[in-house]
Amino acid sequence: MLNHYETVFIMTPVLSDEQMKETVKKFEGILLEKGAEIVHQENWGLRQLAYPIAKKTSGFYHLIEFQAEPSVVKDYELQYRRDERVMRYLTILMDKHAIAYSEKRRNLRKEKEAAPVVVEEAPVALEAPAAETVNVNE
Amino acid sequence: MAQQSDIKYLTPIAVDIRKKKYCRFKKSGIKYIDYKDAEFLKKFVNEQGRILPRRLTGTSLKYQKKVAQAVKRARHLALLPFVTDNLKSNN
Repeated sequence: MLNHYETVFIMTPVLSDEQMKETVKKFEGILLEKGAEIVHQENWGLRQLAYPIAKKTSGFYHLIEFQAEPSVVKDYELQYRRDERVMRYLTILMDKHAIAYSEKRRNLRKEKEAAPVVVEEAPVALEAPAAETVNVNE
Repeated sequence: MAQQSDIKYLTPIAVDIRKKKYCRFKKSGIKYIDYKDAEFLKKFVNEQGRILPRRLTGTSLKYQKKVAQAVKRARHLALLPFVTDNLKSNN
């Protein structure tokens, strides 16, 4: 029986962008190797932590949503514990409401990513040269 | 009979008309509370970062449990602090 899981992990801020991506790749690979199907991924980038963890005040967050057998999770979490680049992790089992919510959230994000490009272009081109320069001169 | 009407108040008795509390999740049909949305969870937490009781927020038992779960998950991922001062004024 396949379950729907969501996992978030925090990597040390010491890593470079390259190393961070490499770590993400590694965990992605582990999941795929164990026969999990990755549904969605999100990289939140470097974020400030609410409290220090291992004397670090920030960290790289990464989220993976996947479908897998329940037995996969235990092994997968063991890999987190073995990797010193990972400071914190959380894996949760998603119920049907959680799945519906994450789908909605994903769609919203997509729209947001698509929308600002259109919004930004129009006012900048039309208003900026005319209105702003006049105001400064006055 | 007469005694009761003898009591007179100088000022009308303050009957406080409280707004009836309601569960915002039931009302707006939210089924899942996201632990990743720290800004939203801050509504259920006081200045020091403690989870507010149900008697203050009006949340129903079913959703209070889910709120608590979400807040605790957010704390684990350092999205919310375990303890602080001025949680709300900082942000």
